[in-house]
Amino acid sequence: MKEKEETTYEVPIGPIHPALKEPFLIKFKLDGEEIVDAEARPGMNHRGIEFMGMHRNPMKVIPLSERICGICSIVHQHMFTTATEHALGIEPTNRARYIRTIMCELERIHSHILWAGVAAHEIGFDTHLHFTWKIREKVMDLLEYIAGNRVNYSMWTFGGVRRDITSDMYPKVFETLKYYEDLYEKLEDIFLDDPSIKMRTQDVGVLTKEDALALCGVGPTVRASGVKKDVRIDQPYAAYGDLDLDYVIPSRYGFENKGDVFSKTLVRLKELLQSIEIIKTCVEQMPEGEMTSEPKKAALFNKLEKRSGEGIGRIEAPRGEAIHYVRLVEGRSDIDCWKIRASTYNNLATYRPMFMGEQIADIPIIAACIDPCIGCMDRAEIIDVDSGEVETYTKEELHELSVKKTERIKNRGIK
Amino acid sequence: MKLSKTFDKALWVFHINSGSCNACDIEIVAAVTPRYDTERFGIKLVGSPRHADVLLFTGPVTTKMKDRVLRVYEQTPDPKVVLVTGNCADTTGVYFDSYAIEGPIDTLLPEDAHIIYVNGCPVRPENIINGVKEAWLYLEELRGDDK
Repeated sequence: MKEKEETTYEVPIGPIHPALKEPFLIKFKLDGEEIVDAEARPGMNHRGIEFMGMHRNPMKVIPLSERICGICSIVHQHMFTTATEHALGIEPTNRARYIRTIMCELERIHSHILWAGVAAHEIGFDTHLHFTWKIREKVMDLLEYIAGNRVNYSMWTFGGVRRDITSDMYPKVFETLKYYEDLYEKLEDIFLDDPSIKMRTQDVGVLTKEDALALCGVGPTVRASGVKKDVRIDQPYAAYGDLDLDYVIPSRYGFENKGDVFSKTLVRLKELLQSIEIIKTCVEQMPEGEMTSEPKKAALFNKLEKRSGEGIGRIEAPRGEAIHYVRLVEGRSDIDCWKIRASTYNNLATYRPMFMGEQIADIPIIAACIDPCIGCMDRAEIIDVDSGEVETYTKEELHELSVKKTERIKNRGIK
Repeated sequence: MKLSKTFDKALWVFHINSGSCNACDIEIVAAVTPRYDTERFGIKLVGSPRHADVLLFTGPVTTKMKDRVLRVYEQTPDPKVVLVTGNCADTTGVYFDSYAIEGPIDTLLPEDAHIIYVNGCPVRPENIINGVKEAWLYLEELRGDDK
């Protein structure tokens, strides 16, 4: 009989996910239940967007840029527009800056609530998923009311915005904000005070401050570890320079900067409050004036064709800092160079230290905790490295493992 | 092929993203959550194509996802309906001139596949529900009686 020896298992997860999110593959090496290594394999969703953009007129690239990601469509069109404005030397009007800020923050609200629902689903609390998605519809209604569509708003243009937020819209904006303020306590009660959720999130997927800095993570993922990094404060864009903002890190609210899933939840919830405050201030301080500094289309097209230059657009997306780079060359109607760096790209590197030493049942919640624009849990295969035997886990089985762990913890808690 | 009577009251849907931008995918989830609540009709998302009656495709089919999309199609038991969701799944939309796109999906599927197009960029949840209703009508026809 062959002598038993210690070996690790390899578990690829992805690339097809049954419920939401994009195709993506993570490979895990397992020792029993424990994860000893993790490796991310992106590329399933490669659509060649930069290539397509470089063959089109900048005006036509605005709708393309918001279709990079359907959750952060405002983020990408903002970055592309500001990068091109930078290259052309156009300044947006003051009113446009404020409208842009309001839209960015509304998107942050919907994105963070969406994330909270997904996180609750991953640890087996489907009631919370349905609750959070129910309250999310309110901000979607407001976005539709302002922009005319639930997703993909096409509101940005070079030099300003296409749609105004007029004073008769303010009551609806304030009503929505009030709705979230009233609900906020309940959200905190669900995600921060519930003992079983705490047990599933505390000390799980820990990212230390050293790792966060070394791996260049961005957004709430590293702010939860105590890293003070926020483009809205470090390098203000739109109207953020006029506002008084502070970094949302757990120690500001009397918690430890641990960097676990709990801290990440806390940071995202507190950012909801921060976004509500920002929108309120912006609506109150909204300056009068034109929506765009380039009202004449012909003059704008002339500038796009006749000027050369390069520009950078930075933004604090709901998932962290993201950058667009644009280079325009005189005499050409298309873009010479367009480079995009989205926030999930940075945060993927933080997966490895977070997964190390955790269990299979924790994979869904840790994978979700960076709020990836990817993350597929459809099919997981366990491959015995020695014999080559393949055992397949479906996403449901993996999800079931996660739910069972929650139940185990709950039962233990009652005893 | 005759279907049993138990078949039509509950359509199970498997969602596959072949490289879309997430917007349609999020709207699909919005369609099953309380505001639109399709689960009250017995329409729900399932985790495996082997359980599904309806395949919900989003995205313009990237090169890397092509084989996987076709594999999922083959894994789904007959009779099935394909719901092509969103403009980019229908015609590849804004991604029409990319080197990394193999779609649209209807050029890749076998000729006898029953396809229903749900348009919009992204599709609205109401439209998705309408698309599932169309699928329902088609599958009911297969049952052979007038109900």
